[in-house]
Amino acid sequence: MKKIKRSKLEFSLHLMLIPGVIVTLIYAYGPMAGIVMAFQRFRPTLGFFESKWIGWDNFRYVFALPDFMQVLWNTLVIALLKIVFGLAVPLLLALLLNEVTKSYFKRLVQTSIFLPFFLAWTVLAGVIFEIFSYSGPINSMLAAFHMEPIMFMGDDGWFRAILVGSDVWKGMGYNMIIFLAAITGINPSLYEAAVVDGAGKWKQMIHITLPGMSQIIILISVLSLGGILNAGFEQILLLYNPTVYGTADVIDTFVYRLGLFDQQYGPAAAVGLFKSVISLLLVGVSYALAYRLSNYRIF
Amino acid sequence: MAYHNSRLRKLFLLGNALLLSAITFLCIVPFIHLLAVSLSSNTAAMAAEVKLWPVGFTLDAYAYLGQKPEFFRSLWVTVQRVVLGTALNMLLVVLCAYPLSKEPRQFRFRTGYVWFFAVTMFFGGGLIPTYIIVKETGLMNSLWALILPGALNVWHLVLLLNFFRNTPKEMEEAGLIDGAGHWRLLWSIYLPVSGPALATVFLFTIVGHWNAWFDGILYMNSPSNYPLQTYLSTLVTSLSKVSITVDDLSQLQNLSDKTLRTAQIFLGALPIMLVYPFLQKHFTKGITIGSVKG
Repeated sequence: MKKIKRSKLEFSLHLMLIPGVIVTLIYAYGPMAGIVMAFQRFRPTLGFFESKWIGWDNFRYVFALPDFMQVLWNTLVIALLKIVFGLAVPLLLALLLNEVTKSYFKRLVQTSIFLPFFLAWTVLAGVIFEIFSYSGPINSMLAAFHMEPIMFMGDDGWFRAILVGSDVWKGMGYNMIIFLAAITGINPSLYEAAVVDGAGKWKQMIHITLPGMSQIIILISVLSLGGILNAGFEQILLLYNPTVYGTADVIDTFVYRLGLFDQQYGPAAAVGLFKSVISLLLVGVSYALAYRLSNYRIF
Repeated sequence: MAYHNSRLRKLFLLGNALLLSAITFLCIVPFIHLLAVSLSSNTAAMAAEVKLWPVGFTLDAYAYLGQKPEFFRSLWVTVQRVVLGTALNMLLVVLCAYPLSKEPRQFRFRTGYVWFFAVTMFFGGGLIPTYIIVKETGLMNSLWALILPGALNVWHLVLLLNFFRNTPKEMEEAGLIDGAGHWRLLWSIYLPVSGPALATVFLFTIVGHWNAWFDGILYMNSPSNYPLQTYLSTLVTSLSKVSITVDDLSQLQNLSDKTLRTAQIFLGALPIMLVYPFLQKHFTKGITIGSVKG
C-alpha cells in the first residue's frame, strides 16, 4: 500500500483542530475583546460600541479607592503565605512518609491526606463553618480548657489563618506526591555510600535527599510565582463575610463585587486587566527562570 | 562512630508514626463530625453537643430529603454536566493533542497552533468579559453554559500532547507505510497505548465537573438550574452569616434545619469520598507524568 500524500495527511490534522479552535476563539479570545471595557464608561444597554471611551479614568478611579491598596496587599500576603506553607508542609510530609516502612500504613496516610483534595470547596467550606463556628467543636474544646470562645470566621487575624490553613489542608496531597516521586528518583547507591561513610539518617537527609530534591523544589516554587495574584477566589468567596474584608478581600473578590454587585463594569474590567498584565509578566519571568534553572519546558 | 543507634531510630519511627497518624486523623475527622451531626437530633446539633458520634441518633434529616426536591434537581443537573461535559472535553482534548504532538516537519502550522492555545493559559479577558460573552452567545441559564466555556482545558491538552509525543515513532511509521491516514493512526495506534494519560485526564475532568460551583452561580438565573455544588453553596453561605453573630435568636432562626443542611452537604461529598481511593493510583501516576520533567 502506498503512503498517503503529505498535503492530504496534513489536512486531516487541521480538521481535527477545528472544534477546539472554535471553542477557544469564542470563549478564551472573545473575552479578551472585552478588555476595551476597562477604558470605557460601560453601560450594558450601550454595549462595547456605544459606551463612551474615557481612557485611563477607570484606572485612576479604582487606584484612588481607599480599599484598593488594602486589597492588593491582602492578595500578596495571602498568596505568599499559601505558597510558602503549601510547599513546606507537603515537603515535610513527603520526607516523613518516606521513612515509613509498613506499606499499608503509608497507603492509609496517603489516601487520607488526599481526601480534602478531591472534595469541592463548597463541601469543605460547610465543614469549616461547622467546626470553627462560635458554638462549634473547636470552641467547645476551648471552653473545656476554660478559654474564651473565639469568633474564628469573624476575626481578621484568625480568618487569614483559616484561609491559609485550609488551603494547605486541601492541597498538600498534590505536592506531596510530586516530592515523593522526586525522593524515589534519587539514586540508592548514594545512600549506600553514605552509610558506609557512617552517616546517620539525619545526615543522609541533609546531604543526599534534600539536595537530590532541590531541582524539583526550585521548579515548583518558581512555577507558583506566576500565580501570586491568585489568592484563591472560590475559597475566599465562600468563606468570607464583610467583617473580614479588611484582611481577606483580594483582587478577584473585589472585582467580583465591583462588577456584578455594584455594576461598575468599567472599573472592574480595569482591575481585571491590571491583574492579567501583571500575572502575565510574572508567569513569563517564572517560566524563564524555570527554564534557566531546571531546563523546564511545557511544550 | 557507631551510626545505627537503634533506640533513637525506633523512637523516631514511633514519633513519626504518631505524627502521621495525627495528620491522618485531622484529614478524616471533620467529615466524621459532619456525618455525626447529620445523624443526630436537631436539638443536640444546635446545642453543639455532637462531637464524633451522633447524639440522639435519628435518620430524620435524611428522611426529610424527600421534601427537598431542589437537592435532587441539582444532582441531576450535575450528572448531566458531568456526562456531557466530560465526553466533550475528552473528545476535544484528544482531537487537539494529537495534531499538536507532531513535529513541525510533519505538520507545518504546528507551532502557530501551539501558541494560539498557550496564550490562553497566561492571559484572559477576566471575569466580567467572559460573563458577557457567555451571555451574548445565548448560554445564560442553559446547561451548556457549564460545558462549553471550559470545553478545552489547555493543561490537559499539554499533558496528553507530551504523552503522544513520547510514543515511539516506529509505530506511526509502520502505520503510514501501510497507507493509514491520521484518523486511523489516532484511533488504532495512539489511543490504545495512551491508557494512563487518558485515564488521568478523564479523572481530572470528571472531578472538575462534579466539584464546579461558581459557574452555576454566575450563569444560572434560577436555582432550579443549579448544579449540585452550587445548590450546596447556597446552604453554606447562609451558614456564613450565622458564624459571625453571637445573637442567639438569629442563630436559632438560621440553624433550625441544621441537620438537614449537614445531611445534604455530606451527601454531596459522599460519591467522591467513596470513589477516589480507587482512583488514586491513576491520579498519582498522572501527576508525576505531568510534573516531574526536565
